[in-house]
Amino acid sequence: MSGHSPEKTNHRAPRLLLFERGSPGRTAFSWPEELPSPQELIPSHLLRQEITDFPELGELEVLRHFTNLSHLNYSIEGQFYPLGSCTMKYNPKVNEAVVRLPGMAHIHPLAPLPLIQGALELLYNLERMLAEVCGMDHVTLQPAAGAQGELTGLMLIRAHMSAQGNPRKKILVPDTAHGTNPASSTLCGYEVTQVPSNNRGFLETEKVKQVMDEDVAALMITNPNTFGIFEQDIQSIAEVVHAQDGLVYMDGANMNALMGIAKPGQMGVDVLHVNLHKTFSTPHGGGGPGAGPVGVKGFLRDYLPVPRIQKGDGGFELGEDHPLSIGRVRSFLGNFGILARAYAYILALGGDGLEETSRMALLNANYIRKRLEPYYHLAFSAPCMHECVFTDRLQQKLGVTTMDIAKRLLDYGFHPPTIYFPLVVSGAIMIEPTETETPEILDSFTDAMIAIAREAKESPELVKTAPHSTPVSRLDEAGAARRLVLRWLAEDSVKTQG
Amino acid sequence: MGYTPHTGSDKNRMLQAIGVDGVESLYGHIPQSLRERAGIGLPPGISERAVKKEMGVLAARNGTPEDCSLFLGGGIYHHFIPSTVDAIISRAEFATSYTPYQPEVSQGTLQATFEYQTLMCQLTGMEVCNAGLYDGASAVAEAVLMARRIQKRRHRVLLSRSLHPQYRAVVATYLRNMEGIEIVEVPWDKSGQSDAEFVANTMDDKTLCIVTGYPNFFGVIEDLAPMRDACNAHGALLITVTTEALSLALLKPPGEWGADIAVGEGQSLGLPMSLGGPGFGFFTCRKQFVRTMPGRLVGETVDHEGQRGFVLTLATREQHIRREKATSNICTTQSLCTLAATVFMASMGKSGMRHIAEINVARAHEARERLLREAGLTPVFDGPFFNEFVLEVKDLEPMLGRLESSRVVPGLALKQWYPELAQCLLVCVTEMNEREEIDQLVRTFTGKN
Repeated sequence: MSGHSPEKTNHRAPRLLLFERGSPGRTAFSWPEELPSPQELIPSHLLRQEITDFPELGELEVLRHFTNLSHLNYSIEGQFYPLGSCTMKYNPKVNEAVVRLPGMAHIHPLAPLPLIQGALELLYNLERMLAEVCGMDHVTLQPAAGAQGELTGLMLIRAHMSAQGNPRKKILVPDTAHGTNPASSTLCGYEVTQVPSNNRGFLETEKVKQVMDEDVAALMITNPNTFGIFEQDIQSIAEVVHAQDGLVYMDGANMNALMGIAKPGQMGVDVLHVNLHKTFSTPHGGGGPGAGPVGVKGFLRDYLPVPRIQKGDGGFELGEDHPLSIGRVRSFLGNFGILARAYAYILALGGDGLEETSRMALLNANYIRKRLEPYYHLAFSAPCMHECVFTDRLQQKLGVTTMDIAKRLLDYGFHPPTIYFPLVVSGAIMIEPTETETPEILDSFTDAMIAIAREAKESPELVKTAPHSTPVSRLDEAGAARRLVLRWLAEDSVKTQG
Repeated sequence: MGYTPHTGSDKNRMLQAIGVDGVESLYGHIPQSLRERAGIGLPPGISERAVKKEMGVLAARNGTPEDCSLFLGGGIYHHFIPSTVDAIISRAEFATSYTPYQPEVSQGTLQATFEYQTLMCQLTGMEVCNAGLYDGASAVAEAVLMARRIQKRRHRVLLSRSLHPQYRAVVATYLRNMEGIEIVEVPWDKSGQSDAEFVANTMDDKTLCIVTGYPNFFGVIEDLAPMRDACNAHGALLITVTTEALSLALLKPPGEWGADIAVGEGQSLGLPMSLGGPGFGFFTCRKQFVRTMPGRLVGETVDHEGQRGFVLTLATREQHIRREKATSNICTTQSLCTLAATVFMASMGKSGMRHIAEINVARAHEARERLLREAGLTPVFDGPFFNEFVLEVKDLEPMLGRLESSRVVPGLALKQWYPELAQCLLVCVTEMNEREEIDQLVRTFTGKN
């Protein structure tokens, strides 16, 4: 059995799954306690047999398994992530330390209010801080992620529209939008009308005017948009939407470009969400948990999810009595552990530090843009904010695509940028360095990109067959979808090891 | 304090390279009217030490199991977490990595997620599990939406009234804007289980699914056979919802009962209570429905050299490809939380999972027995239960008022959700409630404090 053969030191050696390790009877858990048989307490037809094939490992075995898996991951603390639209900034350690305090980690959401006053105060303050940064009047912290924030925001809009007598039918979404925008619109019962951006990379008032009518509930706009370009017409666009009693929703995924520079609330935005796991530095965790607080203008307050955190005479309270509320979108009070990290981040930076954060995000992005401009085709010449978009137009002629460039970057020790997004730019390469990177790192990243541009000319095969130095080579994704193996099964394992 | 590394000379060098004279020039194109009003009215930044102090002050104003006796469940549970869990999820390679879109440099997250999917299939007895959803409540909402995709022509949803009230609220919010869906509440019987007769009489060919807690909000273990029979008779789907995932180490798993979709909250599996989040929603179903599932899936494949590897798969269901036609708008998996659960289950192992579940059952039953016998409290339901149970307490409200300053929380008053259970308390006892605490709980009711 392969479980007993020594693994090769080559890091491309096969790696065992949890289920292929260990030995029957082994355990990492000890809690000696004599117990009555469960059959004496629960009818046996409601009980199960033992869990078939469940792991049986020792403690060191468990740790070593996961530690070795961790070595196969790329991460911020190891390397630089130029991922556009993802804001992969440093996740401060102090935030991790403070959420592990017992008074933060071990508190029950349904405990009597006197036992959670510190937590409620934190949430109350955080709502106000985020409202201030974004120029909004009220904030709910309940949504568990950006996409849930979008859904919540659209539900607020729908509730408002319904209260005016007609929920309306459509949401306008620019062609540069994140995929979640149209998906959230559908989930909220709306049809999506796509609005094209112009060839300079932004949305024009005239284009919005052409599609804006009384069936449109809202325009969903990302600012800066996913090209990293500030929507310069935003105020007049908002006027056009408002003139027909529509509302403006802003996807705040790119808020890292705007802190202290421009407030969405002053651009005519009525509802927005922000991603705490982007702008406010909470860790991405390999795909969550995040948090997607939603901010609104005063006239939407009554529709916000319940419970609302309120300050009463005897302390902070959870207000449930809001009859116009859309209800709950999540259990309890949202992803508190994430909210607490963001709170610590804002405390540490303060208003001035948040502003400096956005300024340095812009400086880093513009620096990269300038350095790469001679070697890659820049999608738009408009000034960029916190990220910039290149394409593979120059390399395509040599038979080298964005995918090849991305994979070759892995060989240079860099995570690829966001690729093939936004969808409206062919072969997009979207780079967002964030403010926490040094100019030295930006230099070595751009040096690698420049070297790849040269390789594309001189040795295209090298680029097209990359990566060459990762734990696995290019994976058969089509095969994965065709054969669809979504779990380990003992019988499959016996077959392959046969 | 700040997290930007730029020195004055760094900035100058970069500005020079860009060809502008100041950082402000980089956003000079933003309308002046916006720029001049963008100042952030928050206090200036503070030191790391000051952050720790301020967070410590807030934390000290919350009650924890270290200084309180909590008998609280209701969807969030205080369980033992082996030290291995935080050791692994604190590793920056997991905590600070991105969604694994680039599989060559994400095999750690991808393999761990594949293992998570497998473990949850084993625990629930189901065929497939996705990579994770936000929480138990939205997982139920997504399950109902999925059932609707499968049963397009049906419009009625039977929802047990004994399902977690907040979960029912989230389902209502998600369904509000879907045209024509009707929710029918299923009452409970004297055992505390969903009323089988009501289910048999109410289920019809317009019913797309029935949704039940397992165990339900009252801690009662549902007998799912009558619901399965009713579903079979009318072609409806059976959806189970488990808020206390640890119970599945001991109870007959949803898959063996014939559930079509089994979802729930995973917080019990290695995550601290953290005021109710983050945890994760687990989502499992029959393999035949996999293409209508919400959320991400990790699949096994091979690389160019034939070596086993893992990738995100069936992405054509998802928002970043399908946009408005996607099966859901979700694009997170609560990955670090499902990793915690994976390490938890691997550490507990086959015998540990069952043992800890058995401790819960034993302690909860002993506590209930003593509260009935020694404190004279009245049982409300006579059905089998896992680690939570409902008791009727005379003059409950004044008593809870008296206890507010005592740091004993004997349970959860049900009145806020169930007016008909106004005098009732939902008591939860886990392995973390020591014998002395149970003694204290009993004394609270006997007045011998």
